[in-house]
Amino acid sequence: MDFGFCLSPSSHVKMDSVDLTTFNRLKETNPDINTCIACGSCTATCTAGHFTEMSFRRILLMLQRGKEDEAKKMIQRCMLCGKCTLVCPRGINIRKILLDITR
Amino acid sequence: MNSQIFHPFVLPFVLGMAFVLTYCVVGLLRVIGQLPKDDRKQFWRSLVTPKTAWANIRDLVGDCLFHVKIWKRNPVLGYMHTAIAFGWFMIIVIGHVMLFTLRPLEGVEVQGIERMLPNFYYPIFFKYFAEETPIFAVLMDFFLLMIISGILIAVVKKIHSKIVGVKRIMHFGFADNMIRFALWTIFPFRLIAEKSNIMAFWWLYSIDLMVFMFMLPFTRYMHIPTEALFILLRHAGLKPREPRKGYALAQIYSCPSCGLCIDACPMSVNDKNSGNTSAYFMKRLRNGDREEAQRIAETCMQCGKCVAVCPVSIESCDIKMSQREAVPYTINSNHSYLDAYYPSETSNAPVLYFAGCMTQLTPKIMRAMKKIMEAAGEKYEFMDKDGGVCCGRPMLLSGKTAEAQAMMAKNTELIKQSGAKRLVLSCPICYKVFKEEYQLEGVEILHHTQYIDELVKKGKLKVNKNEVNYVYHDPCELGRAFGVYDEPREVIESIGNLCKAKSEKELSICCGGSLGSFNLTQQERDEITTISVNDLMFNNPDEIVTACPLCLKTFARKSPVAVKDIAEVVADQLK
Repeated sequence: MDFGFCLSPSSHVKMDSVDLTTFNRLKETNPDINTCIACGSCTATCTAGHFTEMSFRRILLMLQRGKEDEAKKMIQRCMLCGKCTLVCPRGINIRKILLDITR
Repeated sequence: MNSQIFHPFVLPFVLGMAFVLTYCVVGLLRVIGQLPKDDRKQFWRSLVTPKTAWANIRDLVGDCLFHVKIWKRNPVLGYMHTAIAFGWFMIIVIGHVMLFTLRPLEGVEVQGIERMLPNFYYPIFFKYFAEETPIFAVLMDFFLLMIISGILIAVVKKIHSKIVGVKRIMHFGFADNMIRFALWTIFPFRLIAEKSNIMAFWWLYSIDLMVFMFMLPFTRYMHIPTEALFILLRHAGLKPREPRKGYALAQIYSCPSCGLCIDACPMSVNDKNSGNTSAYFMKRLRNGDREEAQRIAETCMQCGKCVAVCPVSIESCDIKMSQREAVPYTINSNHSYLDAYYPSETSNAPVLYFAGCMTQLTPKIMRAMKKIMEAAGEKYEFMDKDGGVCCGRPMLLSGKTAEAQAMMAKNTELIKQSGAKRLVLSCPICYKVFKEEYQLEGVEILHHTQYIDELVKKGKLKVNKNEVNYVYHDPCELGRAFGVYDEPREVIESIGNLCKAKSEKELSICCGGSLGSFNLTQQERDEITTISVNDLMFNNPDEIVTACPLCLKTFARKSPVAVKDIAEVVADQLK
């Protein structure tokens, strides 16, 4: 809702109009992302996250909200070391999903 | 003996032979032409360097003629292959020797071009044109029967492979099945033709040869001529640069699709995945099925067992890597943030310890290493105590060589800056990339198994011996990649009893956790872990010891006994 009195632009996401093509494609090729419980273990162990704001949990959230460009920009920081995949309590193949987002 | 020097039934054979020879010459020029300039120079040089020239001769005789590697792998298959291939080679050689002893032809007046004619087909159809000398006749019959005995084993293998000790065999398409049928019938036809001299069988024999020759370049039997070239290229020390060009092409055509790698591959535990093994990968590449080849390349765990068991020594893992590089992910990595990173409080200790990402996830290994180095009185610096940068191997495994350089450059800078003389790593994944890709002149790179072994042998580390039965798991990237088999075993023997696993050293089974595979699901990985653990539990050990943090984490999910890193067990037994 924007009445024109805000100093900063609205961060409101209109779920009816966002483009979810990438996320839906991902769900098809990697159905395991449906099992994510957003526990953040991936983010906690991330090697790149030690230096930057890289976070796989947020990447998934961005994609669910159609913010594909932001997600892709964040993925650039990834070192593909695979720690996230190892610690995932749901056994989600995170490294593969990260690569698939940009394929 | 027929007093003539030509009969039309030799024509199919002559045509087939001419086709195969032309194809091979063109193929040879193509492969050598596709090699990058430096590689080609290296290849020519290797042919005249005494050391590689000797290796060439040794392997050409040992592998192409006597098939030593198949004998070592499975004696029944060794006999099968030798009987057919060596037997065939011998009857061709004896045919030529007989032709030599026959000259000049008795009773036949020939001149000019006609004089040369018999050279092309006499050795193959000798019995039709001339009488064999008794000693050669016996030899010929002996080798012909030897070939037929080999074919009988091949038929048994096709019908019920378990009799010859093979669980899974390759499934072929129409062309491969047809040429195999041609090969199987060539020699019985020849035997019947020689013994009965019925014209129809001479024709059948010749036509069979023609079918074999014309199909050879398009089937797995292309390995017969290509393997010789591949041996020369391999000894020149080349690396495949593109998945289907130059050196890689020679390897693709050298793959005999024998399928020995199918049983060896840990992924074969799941029938669905046995189609993702190296033999099928090479076949897909040969047929130009890029998409499937790419998928298999990304599924492979890069454990290297297929290379270890390959009777032709095809470096399928390297080709899979070049396939990954050929179809890169468009991730557009940006690692510029690394430039500003410098670890806190560094000292100029002679030993630098780099734990690596995986060891960061298993801090007990780090604690054990600290305890060991302090007990040994070593001056050391912990390079990635506050996180550290990835070694770059996972990025390389995804086929993104240029992006991996950013991480490798940062680590190289940090190591050079520290002034350390030795770099100790506790992760074989890091060890492989530091050994192969990093330019660290003057820095000795050691895996912690080698380092601990040295400390124990020098007497710097005093350990107690207990009565626990340990079994050691060889991590793929330490064992098969670098042959570090003895150091960890000697360390374990100094602290307890070492019992054997069912498959050891170069035959050890990958833990299933490998970073090499992108596509395997957790469930598929768990299946592999289970067979690997069962293999290790063969002699009922009390504890499983490994030297890789990734193996440690993976085994812990499925193992019935405690799984420990070699550093942990040593740290527990310090005096």
